[in-house]
Amino acid sequence: MSPTITTSSEANGNVSSATARAAASAAASAEAAGPQPVTMAKALNTAMADAMHADKSVLVFGEDVGMLGGVFRITDGLTKTFGEQRCFDTPLAESGIVGMAVGMAINGMRPVIEMQFDAFAYPAFEQIVSHVAKMHNRTKGALKLPMVIRVPYAGGIGGVEHHCDSSESYYAHTAGLKVYTPATVADAYRMLREAIDSDDPVMFMEPKKLYWSKDLVDLEALRSEHEANTERGTSTEGRAAVARPGTDATLIAYGPSVPTALAAAAAAAEEGRSLEVIDVRTIVPFDDETVAASVRKTGRAVVIAEAHGFASVSSEIVARVQERCFHHLAAPIRRVTGFDVPYPAPKLEHYYLPGVDRILDAVDDLQWED
Amino acid sequence: MTISADHTAPDQAAQDGQAPEKAEDLHLEGAAAEAVRKFGITVEDYMLPARHQIQMVDQDGNLKPHSEQGTEPGHEYPLPSDEELLAAYEQLVVGRRVNDQNSALVRQGRMAVYPSSHGQEACQVAAALCLLEGDWMFPTYRDSVAVMARGVDPVQTMTLFRGDWHSGYDPAKHKVGIQCTPLTTQLLHAVGVAHAAKLRGEDTVVLAMCGDGATSEGDFHEALNFAAVFHLPVIFFVQNNQYAISVPLAHQSVAPSLAHKAVGYGMAGERVDGNDVVALLAVLDRAVKLAREGSGPLLVEAHTYRMQAHTNADDATRYRQDSEVAQWVARDPLTRMKRYLTDKGLLDDDGESRIAEKAEAVATQLRNGLSEDVPVDPQDLFNHVFSTPTPQLKEQSALLADELARDASTGASSDTEAAR
Repeated sequence: MSPTITTSSEANGNVSSATARAAASAAASAEAAGPQPVTMAKALNTAMADAMHADKSVLVFGEDVGMLGGVFRITDGLTKTFGEQRCFDTPLAESGIVGMAVGMAINGMRPVIEMQFDAFAYPAFEQIVSHVAKMHNRTKGALKLPMVIRVPYAGGIGGVEHHCDSSESYYAHTAGLKVYTPATVADAYRMLREAIDSDDPVMFMEPKKLYWSKDLVDLEALRSEHEANTERGTSTEGRAAVARPGTDATLIAYGPSVPTALAAAAAAAEEGRSLEVIDVRTIVPFDDETVAASVRKTGRAVVIAEAHGFASVSSEIVARVQERCFHHLAAPIRRVTGFDVPYPAPKLEHYYLPGVDRILDAVDDLQWED
Repeated sequence: MTISADHTAPDQAAQDGQAPEKAEDLHLEGAAAEAVRKFGITVEDYMLPARHQIQMVDQDGNLKPHSEQGTEPGHEYPLPSDEELLAAYEQLVVGRRVNDQNSALVRQGRMAVYPSSHGQEACQVAAALCLLEGDWMFPTYRDSVAVMARGVDPVQTMTLFRGDWHSGYDPAKHKVGIQCTPLTTQLLHAVGVAHAAKLRGEDTVVLAMCGDGATSEGDFHEALNFAAVFHLPVIFFVQNNQYAISVPLAHQSVAPSLAHKAVGYGMAGERVDGNDVVALLAVLDRAVKLAREGSGPLLVEAHTYRMQAHTNADDATRYRQDSEVAQWVARDPLTRMKRYLTDKGLLDDDGESRIAEKAEAVATQLRNGLSEDVPVDPQDLFNHVFSTPTPQLKEQSALLADELARDASTGASSDTEAAR
């Protein structure tokens, strides 16, 4: 190498792993034992740090993810801990970020890249649809693309236009992409670790309104759980969760809509109605079994999503449930989704978003004649 | 970055021992510092292409005097070795034969489509020969000859155009990206491969190929900028064959040349006669060497011509005159190289017939390979979408298997009926 290289001249892959390990273990020991209040942001950040610690080929890059730590601070401290070779800012160009990640994945890396906002990922759409999704298939498995595209998505934060899109349907509709979306803090850690470990590309949809939500979580226990799963070769991918058990009707939700569905179920319980809430977790692969089992048991279902209902993930879920549970249904499956309008301005978003009342109205409509 | 044209030349600077400090004083990085230190020329003179395209052998096969080759200080190109030129000529002849054979196979209905590089073989061959074994190439759909020249099996290379699958070779094994149809998207993959290699401390060079029309695409811009910002060893090799299907270059760009685009990214650009394999090898060999030594990316524009239509589905007479095509016949890369090598005493009738035999053997291989009826496996629809098929894909795979089983049993019974 020429001594005149001044940019990234220390690039050699031996990215101070001792320093990284020391920092990671310091971070680990700083975590108090047992369950603590942890934000989803912290869980995602810890998942990336742990993955980078475990595997030198894991790299994080995107816009403002370096010294700033990302506009949502999800990559906070990663550059400091792992160095500029492993967590770095790129020029402001989303297609470039995704396309470069494809090349890096072809050449032995496991890139975890950040799209700053849902709607800002659209310049990368061609790379995602034509290459990320298809490379494994086009080459009959000769090339794997173990990469994660993190997308802060959906609304509820009072964001101006182009900052609140629910873009999951575009990706779910594209064969060859896995689409994960966590709704809890523990799942944020669990699912991001699994996404990074996946040999297939994962669109990792992060409900941005939940970034600062807190759950009581034991990060050390999650870390051990991940290690144990890795040793056993098991994962939670493709498994929906029963977020709240119930008997009268099933609310099927994912990502940002799960807490809303849970609130609706809590309200319904006060009125004497027992609603089961299913958290889809991974849109692709979809867990037909868990969803259908719940609807067969309850005989009624409402699908909830922030995205526009037309030609969406929620339409797909309704179709799948109908195909599998028709003879168990006491009423048509209802949907509570965003209206088929562009995402509204901040002062109007509460009219748009599926809320508890709208969900309860839909539940009331499920032909309870008796 | 405002840099005046009066940097201290290295020789002069070496005397007062402050060349490196001088470059640092100017906050020069990467290619800029390289220009000042290595060649003693200004940043602008380093990054801008030489005033004229580099041409070493004229269209009549004569080696041009050095002073007329288009070279300038900092843009010097030594003549490639005789061995390299002979190897290149052999590949040119093979490449021409491959192009013509494949076009014939399309006409015979044995291949779905073939975008021929007839007339561009010098670019194809030089792109493959300038790389070392550990280097990568990212080709387009028109670069089949380059892919074969890089060592990929000819019949496997044709898988895409034959319609058996989207690609027939293992890109990782050959270090040749999958032939790319969406324009310039592969340039970013080239950047990523180079970036990963650099992070691991490997000295891999990546050659990223595209055409003139492709330079209008957004990914062209993003790839060049990323490569420059991350200072990566990528050669962007633009085959300017004058047409993007039907649209001439003047409708794509009014830049002085496509090579001039390099300076906007902070990289060096050069123009070369794309039908002169000697000049192509000289320019690309040097670009690869510079990139490997840490110069960062470079842009090479080869001025050539697509002698045939875009594909068999295209009708070139709708948008260009035969007289224009005829002008380029005289600039053919094969005839000029043959004359040059013959005049130099490097090629005689024996050598010529040995090469022709080799080309014919490849053509035979293509004819035989593409005549063979290779059975396709319908289950391949599902086998490679993911590393492990999802439950949904397993269901769909079972559905198709069931359909096929029923078809087979129906077919068997009608055969039985026919036998009665």
